[in-house]
Amino acid sequence: ILSLITTCLVLLTAKSKKTLAKPGVKNVVLVEGVRTPFLQSGTTYADLMPHDLARAALQGLLHRTGFPKEAVDYIVYGTVIQEVKTSNVAREAALGAGFSDRTPAHTVTMACISSNQAMTTAVGLIAAGQCDAVVAGGVEFMSDVPIRHSRKMRKTMLSLNKAKTLGARLSLLGSIRLAHLSPELPAVAEFSTAETMGHSADRLAAAFGVSRQEQDEFALRSHTLAKKAQDEGLLSDIVGFKVPGKDIVSKDNGIRPSTMEQMAKLKPAFVKPHGTVTAANSSYLTDGASAVLIMSEEKALAMGYKPKAYLRDFVYVSQDPKDQLLLGPTYATPKVLERSGLTLADIDVFEFHEAFAGQILANLKAMESDWFAQNCMGRKAKVGAPPLDKFNMWGGSLSLGHPFAATGCRLVTTVAHRLKKEGGQYGLVAACAAGGQGHAMVIEAYPQ
Amino acid sequence: MAGLRALGVLSRITVRHRYTLFSARTHVNYEVKGDVAVVRINDPTSKVNTLSVHMQKEMAEVLGEVWSNDAVKSAVLISSKPGCFIAGADINMIQACKSAEEVTYISQEGQKMFEKIEKSPKPIVAAINGSCLGGGLEFAIACQYRVATKSKKTVLGTPEVLLGLLPAAGGTQRLPKMVGLPSAFDMTLTGRNIRADKAKKMGLVHQLVDTLGPGLKGPEERTMEYLEEVAIECARGIVNKKIPLTKEKGMMQKVQDYVMSFPFVRNQIYNTVQKKVMKQTKGLYPAPLNIIDCVKSGVEQGSDAGYLAESQNFGKLAMTTESKALIGLYHGQVACKKNRFGVPEKEVKTLAILGAGLMGAGIAQVTVDKGIHTIMKDTTLEGLNRGHQQVYKGLNDKTKKKSITSFERDTTLSNLTGQLDYSGFQNADMVIEAVFEDIAIKHKVIKEVEAVIPPHCIFASNTSALPIKDIAAASKRPEKVIGMHYFSPVDKMQLLEIITTDKTSKDTTASAVAVGLKQGKIIIVVGDGPGFYTTRCLAPMLAEAVRVLQEGVDPKKLDSLTTGFGFPVGAATLADEVGIDVAAHVAEDLGKAFGPRLGGGNPELLKTMVEKGFKGRKTGKGCYVYQPGLKSKEVNMELNDILESFKLTPNPAVSSDSDVQYRLVSRFVNEAVMCLQEGILANPVEGDIGAVFGLGFPPCLGGPFRFVDTFGADKLVEKMRRFEDVYGNQFTPCPLLLDHAKDPSKKFHK
Repeated sequence: ILSLITTCLVLLTAKSKKTLAKPGVKNVVLVEGVRTPFLQSGTTYADLMPHDLARAALQGLLHRTGFPKEAVDYIVYGTVIQEVKTSNVAREAALGAGFSDRTPAHTVTMACISSNQAMTTAVGLIAAGQCDAVVAGGVEFMSDVPIRHSRKMRKTMLSLNKAKTLGARLSLLGSIRLAHLSPELPAVAEFSTAETMGHSADRLAAAFGVSRQEQDEFALRSHTLAKKAQDEGLLSDIVGFKVPGKDIVSKDNGIRPSTMEQMAKLKPAFVKPHGTVTAANSSYLTDGASAVLIMSEEKALAMGYKPKAYLRDFVYVSQDPKDQLLLGPTYATPKVLERSGLTLADIDVFEFHEAFAGQILANLKAMESDWFAQNCMGRKAKVGAPPLDKFNMWGGSLSLGHPFAATGCRLVTTVAHRLKKEGGQYGLVAACAAGGQGHAMVIEAYPQ
Repeated sequence: MAGLRALGVLSRITVRHRYTLFSARTHVNYEVKGDVAVVRINDPTSKVNTLSVHMQKEMAEVLGEVWSNDAVKSAVLISSKPGCFIAGADINMIQACKSAEEVTYISQEGQKMFEKIEKSPKPIVAAINGSCLGGGLEFAIACQYRVATKSKKTVLGTPEVLLGLLPAAGGTQRLPKMVGLPSAFDMTLTGRNIRADKAKKMGLVHQLVDTLGPGLKGPEERTMEYLEEVAIECARGIVNKKIPLTKEKGMMQKVQDYVMSFPFVRNQIYNTVQKKVMKQTKGLYPAPLNIIDCVKSGVEQGSDAGYLAESQNFGKLAMTTESKALIGLYHGQVACKKNRFGVPEKEVKTLAILGAGLMGAGIAQVTVDKGIHTIMKDTTLEGLNRGHQQVYKGLNDKTKKKSITSFERDTTLSNLTGQLDYSGFQNADMVIEAVFEDIAIKHKVIKEVEAVIPPHCIFASNTSALPIKDIAAASKRPEKVIGMHYFSPVDKMQLLEIITTDKTSKDTTASAVAVGLKQGKIIIVVGDGPGFYTTRCLAPMLAEAVRVLQEGVDPKKLDSLTTGFGFPVGAATLADEVGIDVAAHVAEDLGKAFGPRLGGGNPELLKTMVEKGFKGRKTGKGCYVYQPGLKSKEVNMELNDILESFKLTPNPAVSSDSDVQYRLVSRFVNEAVMCLQEGILANPVEGDIGAVFGLGFPPCLGGPFRFVDTFGADKLVEKMRRFEDVYGNQFTPCPLLLDHAKDPSKKFHK
């Protein structure tokens, strides 16, 4: 009987593959991952600039690893809403964080998966043998966004530069009308469809029949789990940040477990009056930055570092930006599993980006649906949805916050930490992004 | 054993019987969800729902059950067809009536039913997705609440006026109260479709619902479910008093209401609208005037008078020849939107157009936004640039009107390739040439093109007069050659005349029709010959117009005589629009082909005009002078000298206003009948459609063939004989027309 039980246990835990190492392919590892506390925008970080936050994350990474600055071959950083003064925020932040001025840096952007793009760029540089140690990360600063003059005003002002005579200048100034003065505000809206993301999320939830109650319950779960993780000290990727003129910040400030009754009182935020997406079941505008150190395994070991995890296969997907804007995880998950030869059951730890509770639940339903797999993805059958007891167990973007370009590194670092804590072997990161794109990556625990 | 079997048969009968009892209703059904009855409309015999007698009967039954069921507190009315709520009343039902009284009765029944709905003790929510037109809209606005999807297919409107009728189930009474007098007049008099977002702004619907993408079901199916869910919620909300039925009026609304409370202001509106209608219709269309009358009665004398006026006017209108003509055109249009040549073997995915002029670019404009890769080739960069700009402008205007987004405009334009050479023609499935109307150039082009296109590629010519068989003479594969005659401006004119030769293969025709339908055209397919059908009918009329000018009638008078007869554009203006040079060219070509019978005025007059540079609107001078930015136009005074030198003395016996009108029209009509007689036309329906949609033959007359039917062939022949005495064989009625004149029972339309 005992042997039968053990066989059963073995069967239960047996993986499709022992490891995802591939012959002839360099092992790329995550050595360390850190982030600043994620704060609701307009709070303690309000007076900073984006590169200040990025600096904090980069300095935190150096501090925690004790990594020699000159050994960093390259820096890649993600950002979404660009501060025009620091359009290559990677370089400004690196210089400001005291990295060597001989380390090149570039900035990438791919909406909410910008730092995933930064990390996979690093993986590519290492796999191609160009670099051995790359710092990747992402920063988002929503407390201050570029608000522009209207196009008419900009045009007038630019012509003003060229106007030679006083008369020409005066006539240009005279042409300014009241309409010129209305500013252009950035919106979290698709350029191609002009639809805001929240509106699209509400339609997505409706398309999959996700109810308001389900969404509120999921949001509550996220906040509750995040609070628990925070209280138990599991969010160890946070590095404290001394904000000039203010206190040292060391905790995320958006985690607020509420009650279903309280949440039910909120009115829909986008689709009125019958919508289901509210402020309480959406991720909120957040300031924050994250950074990871990615290395070739051999170099890391040679320098005496114990890696946290292997970064394995990854995919990027894209689909209709109107009706399937936020379904990235649904498309990316089966693809990355196929690529690595795993099944959903092999995955011990799931970390999905929670843009909206409705979006996550719609993705889960889509992954559970044969109809969707067959009619929209051209697959024979569904891939299945991740079991919730392995899913975002330390909270997610809904509760921890979502600084667009910083979230990717948080997800990957969290997977590494959870794999270690829970003793799992494989983890899966998946995220959706504006433009109807998506990403997934398989992460393998580093042997203890 | 036998007994058992008998029992079995019996039970089977009862089962079937019970089944038929249960599903006795085929068009309207309902289910109760909690305390809300969801009433579903679905005409199983058609793609669209119409308010037929059958539908109305079942609806009355169902509503009766809903009202008497105590468990039901409210109802939702929804269609099971994703693209259609209710498209209107059943036209056949009205056409079947023999007298005005019968039609009035139908209207009154409708009014009664909708009154019951309006006074329903249980709130009824209309859940609208797809077309909600005519009787469908009247039904919806009788309900207590309306929810509509934002789908592009969702349109609301009262198109009755376009059929020479009026909204006769309370539409003229409820609309003014709901959207105010100005909007109500706009809707009922233009019959235009209103999109959901506009309807919400106007107060025509209360709530909008987004369309959904694919989820666990298809997008359309799920959107319908979602609409139903939201509508059910609304119905409950109304019962629970959470959703108020009377909307708090805004400041603007209050001001408007206050202004409208003065009879003086209202009278002013009636007068303005009346004047506008008279100006546009020349009093030839009774329906708009009747609509004004109904609205006025309702507002000024109360609902009883209003409803009575509505039903009686409706009865009268249904018996008018104008309404019958317009309904005939409607049916014809539906028939000409079908491909009677079957499905082509190969779908056209790449279409190349030769010539980026007005026509070429126009064809590109209506093609590129249909998902067809469009190649536009010209010989010069300037020509190409002009054509490209035309296509861009067309799309950009749509962006300005917000019917497409700037992003859609750009992605659509990415389907257009402009070029000077033949690269990419190896992938073309169809080539349409729109080069200069010269047989030598056409021959050169067809040879060049055939050297580069694949074997299956169709060669279509957008010529307006050259016989296709002459063009095809230069082709190695005449079975792939066809005529596709578009009308200018291509994006506005609905007609496409397709010309087949006896060598054109059926598949080539099927493919040309398929492309035309995709481009949104109404299509007639005619036989080959000089001028085909449309140009051939127009030529004698224009020749006559030239004679009328020579006889001293000035262009403005000529225009008012033709528009007074119902042509939307006067003959002189039309000549300017078509181009005097084109008209001269066509007159010469057709003159050669048909001899003096097609003559009229002196063709030298047109030639002299062309020599002087008076080529019409495109050169700024023709019969009129056109100044950029100016809408009004003045008669070209320099034309007087030319006219003077070609002056003819009018014969007073045939020169009254009415005679001039009939001289113009009878030549048009006679030529049309001759086309049918010669087999150029397949049937009178296409003849009517072609004349009305391509040449602007008065829609109120329904086209030349319906005109002969209503006016009487004998009366027309009598007039023509009188003209014949003066002008000779140009007015000789053709044999087919004479047949009809002899036997009054002969009609072109049954």
